[in-house]
Amino acid sequence: MRRVAVAGVGLIPVKEYWDRSLQSLFAEAALKALKDAGTDKVDSVYVANMSGSFMQDQINMGALVTDSLGRPGLPAVRVEAGAASGGVAFHEAVKAVASGYSECVLVGGAEKMSDVLPEAATTALVMSEEQEYTAYTGVTQAGLSAMLHRLYLDLYAEPAQVGMMAVKGHDHSVGCKHAQYPFRMSIDRAMDSPMEADPIHMMECSGVGDGAAAMVLVPAADSGVEVVGSAVATDCCSLAIRRDPLIFESVRRAAEKAYSMAGVKPDDIDLAEVHDDFTINGILSLEALGLAGWGEATKLVAGNATDKDGKIPTNTFGGLKARGHPLGATGLYQVAEVALQLRGAAGDHQVPGAEVGLAQSMGGMASVSAVNILRRFGV
Amino acid sequence: MKTLRQVGIVGYGAYVPMYRLNAAEINRMWGTSGAPVEEKSVVALDEDTVTISVECAKQAVRRARIDPSLIGAVYVGTESKPYAVKPSGTIVAEAIGATPSVSTADYEFACKAGTEAMQTCIGLVGSGMQRYAMAIGADTAQGRPADALEYTAACGGAAYIFAERSAETVAYLEASYSYVTDTPDFWRRAKEMYPRHGNRFTGEPAYFKHITGATKGLLKETGYGPEEFKYAVFHQPNTKFPITVARSLGFSVDQINPGLVVGKVGNTYAGSSPMGLAATLDVAEPGDRIFMVSYGSGSGSDAFIFTAQDALRDKRGGPNLKGFIDRKRNVDYATYLRHRGQIIQ
Amino acid sequence: MSVPRYWRNEVPRYRLMGRKCVACGARYFPAQPVCTCGGTEFEDIKLVEAGEVVTWTVIRSPPLGYEKYAPYVVALVELDDGMRLLSQVVDVDPADVKAGMRVEAVFRKVREDGPSGIIMYGYKFRPMVE
Repeated sequence: MRRVAVAGVGLIPVKEYWDRSLQSLFAEAALKALKDAGTDKVDSVYVANMSGSFMQDQINMGALVTDSLGRPGLPAVRVEAGAASGGVAFHEAVKAVASGYSECVLVGGAEKMSDVLPEAATTALVMSEEQEYTAYTGVTQAGLSAMLHRLYLDLYAEPAQVGMMAVKGHDHSVGCKHAQYPFRMSIDRAMDSPMEADPIHMMECSGVGDGAAAMVLVPAADSGVEVVGSAVATDCCSLAIRRDPLIFESVRRAAEKAYSMAGVKPDDIDLAEVHDDFTINGILSLEALGLAGWGEATKLVAGNATDKDGKIPTNTFGGLKARGHPLGATGLYQVAEVALQLRGAAGDHQVPGAEVGLAQSMGGMASVSAVNILRRFGV
Repeated sequence: MKTLRQVGIVGYGAYVPMYRLNAAEINRMWGTSGAPVEEKSVVALDEDTVTISVECAKQAVRRARIDPSLIGAVYVGTESKPYAVKPSGTIVAEAIGATPSVSTADYEFACKAGTEAMQTCIGLVGSGMQRYAMAIGADTAQGRPADALEYTAACGGAAYIFAERSAETVAYLEASYSYVTDTPDFWRRAKEMYPRHGNRFTGEPAYFKHITGATKGLLKETGYGPEEFKYAVFHQPNTKFPITVARSLGFSVDQINPGLVVGKVGNTYAGSSPMGLAATLDVAEPGDRIFMVSYGSGSGSDAFIFTAQDALRDKRGGPNLKGFIDRKRNVDYATYLRHRGQIIQ
Repeated sequence: MSVPRYWRNEVPRYRLMGRKCVACGARYFPAQPVCTCGGTEFEDIKLVEAGEVVTWTVIRSPPLGYEKYAPYVVALVELDDGMRLLSQVVDVDPADVKAGMRVEAVFRKVREDGPSGIIMYGYKFRPMVE
């Protein structure tokens, strides 16, 4: 396999783009990434998108986005893996370059949630679950996460300790130009917000937003940001049949493989972007990634270890909670943010001396996960 | 009417949803007073005639201790069909595992649809056409807001499995009788949400005439007098009517009291007298003879004589109707409307 | 809503029917085409209709089609035969639900395809009625 590098990064702010189409968001991020890479020699395109077939009635998105980029003719395909679409699309793009099949890949993700009403967005999210016996109960993604949240509270933590995951995300987002909610939020505000799905408060949930993020991948040369580990893993779809529902097996498996590919251990990770669509999922992800012991992630978060100068800076631009969570695009925001950190281009969010960073996304109730590890090289 | 071979009830079940609307709440709403019943049952948001029927049917199967696939007929009597066209009985039969070797249909005869289904099952088993046949009377009854029926129109049901009389029989049938004339005292036209009724016309020429006719007919046919029954159940649209008709026919309040559930659950229409019978079977002893008469507007009455057997004591375990009546939560008028689909459909 | 999708799931949903792998005995609800042991032969099993609440939530922002029932409780239920499933728990005040609460299966309406479409039924659980 060839070594793969991130040659270009493009992000647009996560917000509600009432007057823009899905493909225009994609095109904007893609053009930024291509400009950043200084190339127009893209030979294939991967587009990450979760809910376009429901929110925009749009499938066959590969052709749609190459057309909108003025590049009809390029091979292109949509990658869908629930809210892990971005992370999985990145993984597929890495494989394309690593295998030698492609020389320059554009991988971008776009999602436009503001095109539908909130209850339809709720429905779109639960489409990641098995429909006939899980979604049929009327449960939501918040509800599934809430059931884990309650088990976690019984065993390991107080509500406010889990809620700190959101507070920290907001702290980190302040000043972030692409974040949807770049403001501080107190733990009291989170704990006083209405219940979304007991015991999850509304202010522990990521919001509804539109966004697009893109990267250009090429064979690694002399210096830059290299993709040193990339893995995807799955788990049983239903929480009901998992041996221990508090262990995100798909995250653990993908992380194990990605660490092994990268030749690193959790201790070597300088920063992590984790999937905190709900506070508890950020907590459980930190544990499944091996960045915190089982049942110990809230101590990590409360103890400033996840701050930018802490032991394991986490969600340095705000995470899903504060940067925003445009579903299929989210995984690419995460990887792009890691790339910015490793380039030293993270501005006020910069983790000093960051060399190795990790991005983790998950789809469904962690029934699929992607873990991508990047390393700065040659500088 | 008597069957060619002896028929009995081999299992039964009765159910009432947990929500109640007190008459005082209706009076508060409309500035009225009086209370034909103390309170009435209200369905949960996710209940309808089919779910009530399944609840009753599952109890009946459990008590009957039979393989449900042997049930050859499932008939649901109701005036609250969830579908105007599509049988409720198929859903019930599928849910209890009686399909596919089964006959099903929905019966309509206002409040006596349930006992009409019983007559049919008795005929099927009595003729030898079926080994087991199930009759259900269940309703989520309609009563127009501010109408007198709003106090009473309630939700509940009961199911009976009939089989040839054996040691497994909890109560066997001695005889039955039907009495029908064309008497338009209460009706609901197609696509109308609420029934209309003839007010006092529903009394003497309707309820009283038909119950009296059926009772006298069956007593004459069997030669029994009222005193030869331990218990009696008369269709219970309110508390007053069954007491009045019982007394006029020579039955005592003591005979009807165990089965008189209307005061606590309201008028469950096609479920009414079948639930009264279930409440009576819940307390009867082997050898007790029970008289039962339904009334359905339009109009008619079905009368039955059952005698309890030893198996009744052994089989009636588990949650019974009293348990479901006691398991209650009172709701306010707005919640009542919501549960009835009047606020959000 | 798709009628065939509803129809083909009636028996498992109406009667809590699962399947057991003939080769290794692993039990599934809902059924899976292939067992984790590789087995593809299964026999039908009836799940026990009683169990207890392991964990639960209250759905306050429901998906489309469930609006009229909100707020409602969804729980992870462990049946007395050891099988686990997700289900609504009804006939209970959400504030009264507890871990370990005894529950039993009931047959209820789950959703409707509008006022003219089919009515979809299935299992839910309620606090055990003694």
